[in-house]
Amino acid sequence: MNLTLKIWRQKDSNVRGQMVEYKVTDISEHMSFLEMMDVLNEQLVNAGDEPVAFDHDCREGICGMCSMYINGEAHGPDRGVTTCQLHMRMFNDGDTITIEPFRAAAFPVIKDLVVDRTAFERIQQAGGYISVNTSGNTQDANAIPISKHAADEAMDAATCIGCGACVATCKNSSAMLFVGAKVSQYALLPQGQIEAADRVRNMVAQMDLEGFGNCTNTGACEIECPKGISLDNIARMNRELMKASF
Amino acid sequence: MALDSKVPKGPIKDKWTDYKNKINLVNPANKRHIDVIVVGTGLAGGSAAATLAELGYNVKAFAYQDSPRRAHSIAAQGGINAAKNYQGDGDSTYRLFYDTVKGGDYRSREANVYRLAEVSANIIDQCVAQGVPFARDYGGLLDNRSFGGVLVSRTFYAKGQTGQQLLLGAYSAMNRQIARGKIEMFNRHEMLDVVIVDGKARGIIARNLITGEIERHSAHAVVIASGGYGNVYFLSTNAMGSNATAAWKIHKKGAFFANPCYTQIHPTCIPRSGDYQSKLTLMSESLRNDGRIWVPKNIEDVKAIREGRKKPTDLSEDERDYYLERRYPAFGNLVPRDVASRAAKERCDAGYGVNATGEAVYLDFASAIERYGKEQAKIHNIQNPSKEKITQLGEKIVEAKYGNLFQMYEKIVDENPYKTPMMIYPATHYTMGGVWVDYNLMTTIPGCYCIGEANFSDHGANRLGASALMQGLADGYFVLPYTIGDYLADDIRTGKIPTDSKEFDEAEKAVKDRIEFFINNKGSKSVDYFHKRLGKVMWDKVGMARNEKGLKEAMTEIKQIREEFWKEVKVPGSANEMNPELEKAGRVADFLELGELFAKDALMREESCGGHFREESVEESGEQKGEAKRNDKEFAFVAAWEYKGEPADAVLHKEELEFKDIELKQRSYK
Repeated sequence: MNLTLKIWRQKDSNVRGQMVEYKVTDISEHMSFLEMMDVLNEQLVNAGDEPVAFDHDCREGICGMCSMYINGEAHGPDRGVTTCQLHMRMFNDGDTITIEPFRAAAFPVIKDLVVDRTAFERIQQAGGYISVNTSGNTQDANAIPISKHAADEAMDAATCIGCGACVATCKNSSAMLFVGAKVSQYALLPQGQIEAADRVRNMVAQMDLEGFGNCTNTGACEIECPKGISLDNIARMNRELMKASF
Repeated sequence: MALDSKVPKGPIKDKWTDYKNKINLVNPANKRHIDVIVVGTGLAGGSAAATLAELGYNVKAFAYQDSPRRAHSIAAQGGINAAKNYQGDGDSTYRLFYDTVKGGDYRSREANVYRLAEVSANIIDQCVAQGVPFARDYGGLLDNRSFGGVLVSRTFYAKGQTGQQLLLGAYSAMNRQIARGKIEMFNRHEMLDVVIVDGKARGIIARNLITGEIERHSAHAVVIASGGYGNVYFLSTNAMGSNATAAWKIHKKGAFFANPCYTQIHPTCIPRSGDYQSKLTLMSESLRNDGRIWVPKNIEDVKAIREGRKKPTDLSEDERDYYLERRYPAFGNLVPRDVASRAAKERCDAGYGVNATGEAVYLDFASAIERYGKEQAKIHNIQNPSKEKITQLGEKIVEAKYGNLFQMYEKIVDENPYKTPMMIYPATHYTMGGVWVDYNLMTTIPGCYCIGEANFSDHGANRLGASALMQGLADGYFVLPYTIGDYLADDIRTGKIPTDSKEFDEAEKAVKDRIEFFINNKGSKSVDYFHKRLGKVMWDKVGMARNEKGLKEAMTEIKQIREEFWKEVKVPGSANEMNPELEKAGRVADFLELGELFAKDALMREESCGGHFREESVEESGEQKGEAKRNDKEFAFVAAWEYKGEPADAVLHKEELEFKDIELKQRSYK
């Protein structure tokens, strides 16, 4: 198929960016979206132009590096996938596709479609861990039975890949789904409960400091999340924060 | 220079404990004055950085991604082995040790593997304490599954995302130390050279990938944990950015590179679909617990399927060839990876491949779905369940076990694997070869260590499933933090290593010169053009089956591609900005050297072992006819190569392998 692409180009964080139009031809429906971008970049390099910078790495939907806002949706029109798993069969010959970076005040653009998500790092550093040394001299792994239900729910929360689609989608640029997922994973496990109060207070405080917005329960984040992280995690985070306040 | 593996004396089961009791330690107050650089933040690098910082060292960690959490360990799916014997099926440290040495086709160092098996149980304890949500049974205890090449269930897992959960565990331990200021994290930085002062590794030159700035970082020791070199094939299951640059740079500065030809071609990957393909996707080995691999028995059916006249589900049981079950009745679909891959190639080469390219076999879940469905019907007391009901109940169980993998398959291939068998084909996945290290995990450069997939040590010529995660975390959490102390004990009075020395000047200049060259070369072809050509030579001539003629041609061709690369490569943009093409150029330049050494190593090794299959070396008669033939008399050694300029001039050093605790045997899975 032949496509028109409108892509955000921005040299670095200090200059203004703009949308630029490109054409690509003979795109196979079996290509992934990023393979289509590879075709464009090869075309640009061969013409002596600068290729479009975009983040990507594993290309199997798990590293969380890729981050495109395609036709007004984080990771594009398909559900339950990252940009790298989006395939061209979701588009039609002759389509115009708009590609922007994930936009949020807390995610400044570095170049073209690449944004700076280190705000997420600082939130994790504020408390996204259990304070246990890595000596290996802990108790036996089966010493504390954990109900399958709780373990599965913790796992569901822990599948978050930290891509930031929730923030990019939210009209308030809220990071609550991301933070809620991490808080929930630990809150659901006995190992995480000892520091639960400090953890949720510190992570939420850092989240606010980074300039992420608040949650107004529109639920867009849950729909656009490539890993299907449930809105329940936000409720659980709020509950944990309430508990920690008394 | 003679290779000294520094394996401690004494019975194998006491070596590690006795050794730990005797080596030098650094007292906590002195650790504050010692800096350690860790390059790479996957399972090995991440766990090492966290543990070294906890012990009190000042750690500087480097990742080319925007967060340590994105290292490619994140993509490991199936699980992690540990000799816990929770299932009571006869597992033990010895059995894990034995399976790993046998699985590696008797080409690994016994003492290292025993230590790995010994610390494996601690890893699970550690990860549970960190909040890693492993799968559990209804009683609340940890669940296990089975992987290829073993007869017990010792694999712990977190759905199909075990690597992700383990890496997030190590990442959380890192975050705790970053918050304390004990780890200084350098995201979006790439190491471009190691700096050697007075014969010791004392720092690195790194490029800030956002600004392009070239930076000097000094330390008392340098740890390389940068993963494997599978992307030398261009197409592999590695991440797009996975590269060998850090490992190759230390090789060029004196670290021997061992067994580069030992590469794992994983049997269950999604087949390639076209020339535009940028990477291949793995379907976890855990699927072979429940999936049965087959191709049609009759060539007419193959044709009919390729032409779309028949569907795989149209074929009756009698019309299918479950070739792994046929050839290897004892292990069936759970033979080790190298065996499964070659068997798939054998069928496809004979014309039985089931997709348009002729390079695909089926992985079928129908019998598992039926089996689970019947079991569920019993559990729920459903009398005379219909076929549809059984399928429905069975699919639910399969979804719970492998749901994310099935979804991934469906998104890529656009077919529903619950209803029609998956198509799979082998692809490059893991590299057993790597930088040579001694028992302390130190390379042949004093003070330069290498851990995880980047080193060569534990998997011999073939790695068993779910053992990479085990090795990465064992090296990082439990081995290196001890052994590095023995070396650093001499550095307690050294003080900060200055970065204004002539050694740093020279290393920085060489790095800058190379970058300048790329930017100013203005050639006619993109970096990918050369990478794809290299990949094709590697796959065709240094792939699943190798012979003398092909390997010699490969060496010549790779050299030609390399020479053309340095004349014709084109890198747009400038050096002082984010420039992904420039990053790729440096990595591919290194692959173009590594690839040639790889072929040279494969040419030297005139035997078949593990992932290395020489067509000249097969069993010619008897029960094992057609199987790989190892030659223990002449090749029971580690091939460690010393850099001498051109890859073709590399000098071979041999570390003879001794097997005192395991009898050398033909590896039979029949």
